[in-house]
Amino acid sequence: MPSLFTETGVVFGRYLRQTLRSRISVIFGLMQPLLFLVFFGPLLRDVPLGGEGDSWQTLVPGLLIQLGLFSAAFAGIGVIIEKQLGIIERMRVTPVSRSALLFGRVLRDVVQLLVQSLLLVLLGIAFGLRAPVAGVLIAFLLVGLMGASLASLSYAFAMRVRTAQEFAPVVNSINLPAMLLSGILLPMALAPGWLDTISRFVPFRYVVEAIRAVFVGDYGDAAVLQGTLAVAVLAAVSLTAGVRLFGRADA
Amino acid sequence: METILSTHGLARTFTTKRGTVEAVRGIDMTVERGEILGFLGPNGAGKSTTLRMLTTLLPPTRGTATIAGHDLARDPVAVRRRIGYVAQRSGVAADETVRDELVFQGRLYGLTREDAVRRALELADDLDLADLLDRKGAALSGGQQRRLDIALALTHRPAVLFLDEPTTGLDPGSRAALWDLIRRVRDEQRTTVFLTTHYLDEADALSDRLVVVDGGLVVAEGTPLDLKTRYGGSPDAGLQDTFIAITGHGPKPAEPAPLAL
Repeated sequence: MPSLFTETGVVFGRYLRQTLRSRISVIFGLMQPLLFLVFFGPLLRDVPLGGEGDSWQTLVPGLLIQLGLFSAAFAGIGVIIEKQLGIIERMRVTPVSRSALLFGRVLRDVVQLLVQSLLLVLLGIAFGLRAPVAGVLIAFLLVGLMGASLASLSYAFAMRVRTAQEFAPVVNSINLPAMLLSGILLPMALAPGWLDTISRFVPFRYVVEAIRAVFVGDYGDAAVLQGTLAVAVLAAVSLTAGVRLFGRADA
Repeated sequence: METILSTHGLARTFTTKRGTVEAVRGIDMTVERGEILGFLGPNGAGKSTTLRMLTTLLPPTRGTATIAGHDLARDPVAVRRRIGYVAQRSGVAADETVRDELVFQGRLYGLTREDAVRRALELADDLDLADLLDRKGAALSGGQQRRLDIALALTHRPAVLFLDEPTTGLDPGSRAALWDLIRRVRDEQRTTVFLTTHYLDEADALSDRLVVVDGGLVVAEGTPLDLKTRYGGSPDAGLQDTFIAITGHGPKPAEPAPLAL
């Protein structure tokens, strides 16, 4: 009997090939953060942002989170289309593990997100971002875990709705406040007390702050530990929820 | 005779906002190995729900079923290894080639890459898909797509092949070809075929035995000839009249196949 690992690889291979064929989805998710980088980033250059590092070291970590929110969180759309076409049922009558059907897709989304992140960081460097290689690698690890969490939740939700028209507005209406409350464009250090308090309930805030810390090489900062913990808890909860909903016989 | 599928009081209730709906109230039936069984009933009779339960896609609310020696509720994975299922909608992706779909399906059934490639070529030869291997799903005709669906469902040489309205939306030529294919699958491999259909001529021509459901229960079963004699009044009765005599109403006309997305 093939292992979960092998089966995940088989499913991953199918969806990676599909992504490589269309490539549109890579650009689609990358569009918003790129626009912010190019048309908004230069405005921040001489604005005092209250944190360590320069404006690019503050903005690009936020854009990485935005990228995750706009790329991985919409992964479920694909499953809705596959459900309508009967492809999901065709896979679910085979003995393949339901978890592999989820993990293979999530893995493709993580790979796609990391490629997008690399493109974003490279363009950031062209604009003036400077960050240590180790810091960027740690950031990618955090972004990858966050992407896996968001994609799992997205698939779990997609299994419960019928159409993309039901799916997209819900994801959008969660994404935008999540983005604003994470201090993605400007650090929450600038926020008044009440806003700062609300934002502490949004896990992405800690991930942004962790990435900002590692981008200035401050690996020992408490923010790094907090961000890592936040993303680890998020991943554990999301993947568990994803496995349960994807595995339900009547989903 | 060897029983390949049996159900006992198989039932499914759905809970909706307006209360509970008993889609299937208790199905008792047995299917013998190598049989082609036609599963008939008006719209809403519980055909699709029964089929979704037997193919492990929907857990029953009550009752039991044994398929190819495995208990449906206790060991759905073992059941999945022994059944093939062709749904009403084709499960073929628009941008995948016939070859990639066949190989991927083999991998889902646990074949190694080499074995999956070999099996894909065998199936393509057997189901007349060899010239279409590099064509994408979107470029297949309705009949070709159905042949691919059936090839996918036969990947692991299942003991029971479930077909849900297999010829809906096909032109007469493709329909006749599909009937031949279904008979050949049974004759060559002794595969049991369990098919639902809206077309009574199809049920008549293909099935060794018919099971008619209505209101979530089995209301009649027997060979087409049996049923015609018993309910239609004579062996020469039309199956249409027989069907109306059994269910008290005619089968609704087949719904048009959904447009491709």
